[in-house]
Amino acid sequence: MAAAQQAQIGQKVLVSGNEAIARAVWEAGTKVAAAYPGTPATEILEYLGLYSDIYSEWSVNEKVSLEVAIGASLVGSRGFCAMKHVGLNVASDALMTLTLTGVHGGLVIAVADDVGLSSSQNEQDSRFWGRFAHVPILEPADSQEAYDMTRMAFELSEQFNTPVIVRLTTRVCHVKTTIAIYGEREAFSLGGFAKDPARWVMVPTVARTRLPFQAKRDLKLAQYSETNPLNFSLSGVDESVAFITSGPAFMHVQEAFPQSPVFKIGYSWPIPISALKNFASQYEKVLVVEETEALVETELKAAGVENISGKDVLPLHGELTPDVIKYGVAKLIGAPITSNLIPAQQVFPRPPTMCVACPHLGPYFALASMRNIHIAGDIGCYTLGAGQPWNALDTCISMGASMGVALGMDKGRGPEDENKAMVAVIGDSTFLHMGMQGLLNITYNQGNVTILLLDNRAVGMTGGQNNPGNGMNLQGEQTNRVDFAKLVEALGVAPERIRKVNAYELPVVLKTLREETKIKQPSVVITGNPCVLVDAYQPKGPLYVMENDCNGCGNCLDTGCPAISVTRRETVVKPNGREKKLAFVTIDTSVCTGCGLCTKPCAPDCIQPLSLRGDLPKDVSTSPSLGDSQ
Amino acid sequence: MNEVTNIMVVGIGGQGVMTAAEILADAALRLDHDVKKTEVAGMAQRGGVVTSQVRFGACVKSPVIIEGQADVLLSFEQAEALRWQHWLKADGVLLVNDNQLAPPVVNLGLFDYPENALAALHSGGRPMSAFNATAIALELGNVKLVNTVMLGAVAEALPFSAEHLLEGIVSRFRQSKPHLVALNERAFNLGRAASASQLARVS
Repeated sequence: MAAAQQAQIGQKVLVSGNEAIARAVWEAGTKVAAAYPGTPATEILEYLGLYSDIYSEWSVNEKVSLEVAIGASLVGSRGFCAMKHVGLNVASDALMTLTLTGVHGGLVIAVADDVGLSSSQNEQDSRFWGRFAHVPILEPADSQEAYDMTRMAFELSEQFNTPVIVRLTTRVCHVKTTIAIYGEREAFSLGGFAKDPARWVMVPTVARTRLPFQAKRDLKLAQYSETNPLNFSLSGVDESVAFITSGPAFMHVQEAFPQSPVFKIGYSWPIPISALKNFASQYEKVLVVEETEALVETELKAAGVENISGKDVLPLHGELTPDVIKYGVAKLIGAPITSNLIPAQQVFPRPPTMCVACPHLGPYFALASMRNIHIAGDIGCYTLGAGQPWNALDTCISMGASMGVALGMDKGRGPEDENKAMVAVIGDSTFLHMGMQGLLNITYNQGNVTILLLDNRAVGMTGGQNNPGNGMNLQGEQTNRVDFAKLVEALGVAPERIRKVNAYELPVVLKTLREETKIKQPSVVITGNPCVLVDAYQPKGPLYVMENDCNGCGNCLDTGCPAISVTRRETVVKPNGREKKLAFVTIDTSVCTGCGLCTKPCAPDCIQPLSLRGDLPKDVSTSPSLGDSQ
Repeated sequence: MNEVTNIMVVGIGGQGVMTAAEILADAALRLDHDVKKTEVAGMAQRGGVVTSQVRFGACVKSPVIIEGQADVLLSFEQAEALRWQHWLKADGVLLVNDNQLAPPVVNLGLFDYPENALAALHSGGRPMSAFNATAIALELGNVKLVNTVMLGAVAEALPFSAEHLLEGIVSRFRQSKPHLVALNERAFNLGRAASASQLARVS
């Protein structure tokens, strides 16, 4: 599905913010686009990969993606990179110097904040990069604005000689709204790289000369903000409260208070201070509705504006949806807070789970059964190992952190942890993103860490994107594929301490982990079974439970496979007088792919291929249908 | 007054919830409505709660449906209907696939699956239809047909015709996979009939 890619000028299409941005990047004549997958920004590059006339790539991490975009800019082409909020932390080293060099061809960075934390380890407000890195920030509220502002961002970048950040949130990236297409791809080139060490070689003497340039640019960008049409106000007949807002919160304000005056900030940094002061002076009470931190509110208060409210009545975190804003306004004006809503019902939680037949199930079953280990985790599907039934992941910090954290736990341990083995769990793509350096650090510093490298040949959590681990590029073409065993050996792991295992062979996984955690040397245990969501996975025929033979041991439930469910429970009293809870199970044959993991711990050995059952029901697993695209 | 229709589609990752919402949004777009569609899908590809919201009308501002303002709740699973029923307005229409999908935390015995979910839902007094769409899909040969069955179920509760919605479904693969047209038409009509008969009894 690529509505925006195929749309003609004048056509209206329903697209996500991510898809709209891709179209705008293409129209702008951009030559190079790069990203590492990260929710909610992943689809921008997936859509860009559909345009054959742009070079687009999955980079190994966000810093590299920005550096690739910088290179494109230097040779006079337009460059683009996209990332989630935490990605810019990784890329910030490049950004903080890029802002001194400035750009040649336009350079735009799309940064997507996960407001409300649907899929991230923290909640950040990327508007703060504007001040920190002295760069302008544009902040769309919907797909149309994402399309418009991305086009403008390239022009702004060249006009002011600066990288430009387009700040998104999940409600822009993943919301579909209609956009009107008005452009085709334009030709763009500023004609090659001009060698100029005084401009591009950032040694201290050169960087010092660029600081005044940056300061002057700050002033020009601030002046431009005051008159920029992306910053505008709407009058309203209900003047009891006026609003200052930006991004999707503008839509929520308009929904909740359609009659109220509102100042909408689209060019979010530098803030149009004079225009905002003028707006605020016209009303008695002004509420700043911004996601997520009090950036505009603080600036206005610092500028001496007194009739401003914000985080005193609105939440400090999360999304500011219409009902949240209404609640805040009621608090602000002292109105009673009433509710005639139907009460919510208490229902069991349904946290995300690993997939049926996921190759991580076996390793986590093994980890969960091991005692005396600390498990430093990382970021990916396997972070779910912290949940039920495994409870086998003890830390999660940032991409690649399992390596450093495990080493620090090893080196910093006191007598309480003397007998603990330190295990780091990391996926293939995360290892290539930022884990390799951590492993080198472990071998270099002689750490005693067992690394479980879960190679599922995909960036699983974001939807199974390609990476150097499977050797396929963004366009799905075969390219160089990294050999993990050779790689970790090159990083200093002794060849005999590199163990490859089949993730579904539970006894082997468990035995290998037990052996390696006993040896006081860095070791790496590598699985190689593909993610069940990618093409490389080959499903087998489903399994079923011979129900008459099931003794209720419940061992299969400890794999965590969601295809297994309980049909009845019993409590029996054992000869020693202790109660034992039994859980009799069934397997959903319509989703089981026959990986066989659950057959390993099954005490009565009563799980068999469905094809061996006498009274086969009609096939429910292979015929095609409308399907789903999640 | 700006009339906006609010449809909430809920279920579990992998059931086709987002595709169903996509098809509803697309049907509204083809009638020149202003349309916004949003979802919260959580972290994982599979197994977690998925909610998708579709809003359409002359002019839609926020993509988010306010709690208590949904005109229709289309739930792909019984307990999920219970989890989200308070998002419906007092006279909103509730359409439920009464199939039960217990998550691992229930199978592990850490939580209970609600025993009388359907009765609790009925006690709200709203127009409601509950039937086993999964059973219909399996009967037709593929569990993934659930979303077409559920779209059939919602067809009578929309401000446009069922035929318009059905056309939006089959046009997605009339060219590429023509053999699926008749199968999806059957799924759609079975869902439509199942819900229409129950909704008629209510009203």
